[in-house]
Amino acid sequence: MSAIRTEGLSKDFTLHLQGGIRIPVLRDVDLAVAPGECVALAGPSGAGKSTLMRCLYGNYGAGSGHVWVSHDGREVDITNADAREVRAVRRDTLGYVSQFLRVIPRVPTQQIVAEPLMARGAGREEAMAHAAALLKRLNLPATLHGLPPATFSGGEQQRVNLARGFAPGYPVLLLDEPTASLDAANREVVVALIAEAKRAGTAIIGIFHDTEVRDRVADRLYEVAPLQDAA
Amino acid sequence: MSALLTAEGLHLHFGKVAALDDVALEIHPGEVVAIVGESGSGKTTLLRVLAGMMAPQQGQVLYAGEDVHAMGEAARRRLMRSDWGFVHQNPRDGLRLRVSAGGNVGERLMAAGARHYGNIRAEATEWLKRVEIDPARIDDMPLQFSGGMQQRLQIARTLVTRPKLVFMDEPTGGLDVSVQARLLDLIRALVAELGLAVLIVTHDIAAARLLAHRMLVMRRGQVVEQGLTDRVLDDPQHPYTQLLVSSVLAA
Ligand SMILES: Nc1ncnc2c1ncn2[C@@H]1O[C@H](COP(=O)(O)OP(=O)(O)O)[C@@H](O)[C@H]1O
Ligand SMILES: Nc1ncnc2c1ncn2[C@@H]1O[C@H](COP(=O)(O)OP(=O)(O)O)[C@@H](O)[C@H]1O
Ligand SMILES: [Mg+2]
Ligand SMILES: [Mg+2]
Repeated sequence: MSAIRTEGLSKDFTLHLQGGIRIPVLRDVDLAVAPGECVALAGPSGAGKSTLMRCLYGNYGAGSGHVWVSHDGREVDITNADAREVRAVRRDTLGYVSQFLRVIPRVPTQQIVAEPLMARGAGREEAMAHAAALLKRLNLPATLHGLPPATFSGGEQQRVNLARGFAPGYPVLLLDEPTASLDAANREVVVALIAEAKRAGTAIIGIFHDTEVRDRVADRLYEVAPLQDAA
Repeated sequence: MSALLTAEGLHLHFGKVAALDDVALEIHPGEVVAIVGESGSGKTTLLRVLAGMMAPQQGQVLYAGEDVHAMGEAARRRLMRSDWGFVHQNPRDGLRLRVSAGGNVGERLMAAGARHYGNIRAEATEWLKRVEIDPARIDDMPLQFSGGMQQRLQIARTLVTRPKLVFMDEPTGGLDVSVQARLLDLIRALVAELGLAVLIVTHDIAAARLLAHRMLVMRRGQVVEQGLTDRVLDDPQHPYTQLLVSSVLAA
């Protein structure tokens, strides 16, 4: 069984404030990813890679088709599941590292990383320790762990985001340009984290601007082709 | 898990104005639902109808399977004391102004059955701390407090009895922006810690994103869109929701 798969997934945007113009982005996407496999989404900028990823996470709705996620011994269609079920899938099964960290005011870094672990039932101490270790591995100095990341640099925020995404060990992990603002040393850490996650059985779908990183972690590419603008 | 509160087919007109036009919703234990929409769209009316403070002309509100508008005043007041809380936009509507800060919190506990004075005062002290009010001010009157403190006091008074469902009507509405952020953060932490179900009316989209699991968008008495908060905000379908989202910066 796939860890995550789409079935005839299509997505258009209708911009009501721009006279109802329709932007078709995805057409009949069929993509299946097995546990332990890493698939990289390829295609030019604007092709719809991030849109596909957001549809997989349920952040965008689908125009038609399905996104099936193996969750709790069955397949859940993220596109049609109610909000509570999507939350349960996200808590236990489906992780997403977005391009930019959305910071929560006043919440310290270490707690931001520990929260998804505690949501899955880990004790506070255990979760905080795990968070600290992962942040350290991503070379975020301990002096920053107690601070909210609002004032951090882009690269530091991205590492907080990565720690938060990798910490729980989700069965399915979506990574949108995870190394975009990282230096070489931290890129290596991310490559290693991906390899470990795969060995642990995580299905990974990633967008990698860096083709060297991509070729090292991906088992295959999935081409997202730009659609012609059809009004 | 079944819904805590369910509403169906709610209609309420004021003359020609449809404050509620066929509204339905449900809220489950531990779920935080934000209601957003322009001023006059019916948000306050909806909260008041759901909380039994105002009767709809049509439709039904069920709480734990019981019809809120058919249960009678005494039963409704009992619910308000035991299971529900209501945080008003203006703290003066939710506080007793001639009773001390500690009394405001303690009074709710007593209404819910607490009798031991020492315990009540200790618990009130504890709650003042939790809402970041200096316990040394336990005997001060609410009118000696700033607006933000009054609102935090109202929240302490509401949550001290650990209600299952809390209605909040623009709880940060009249406050300075800096004070709003602190209050929101406090609400976020308490709601998560206590596992409360919350229906919160707000016109602050960023606040809704931060707090709410699910979102309802109201316009002219109708729910025009609803769903997972991040999906409604990032992939809005209805023209009005697109307008609402486009008019805020990086929510
Ligand atoms: N929320 C949205 N509303 C409207 N259009 C969007 C939205 N998100 C993405 N798009 C459009 O979808 C197309 C694909 O964008 P994207 O998925 O970000 O591409 P990629 O990640 O491949 O660079 C672009 O034309 C973009 O403007
Ligand atoms: N008691 C009332 N008498 C007459 N009209 C009312 C009353 N309460 C609300 N309205 C009207 O109903 C509509 C919805 O009001 P309200 O629920 O307060 O909106 P919101 O809270 O979204 O700003 C408005 O047009 C308002 O003027
Ligand atoms: Mg992209
Ligand atoms: Mg109102």
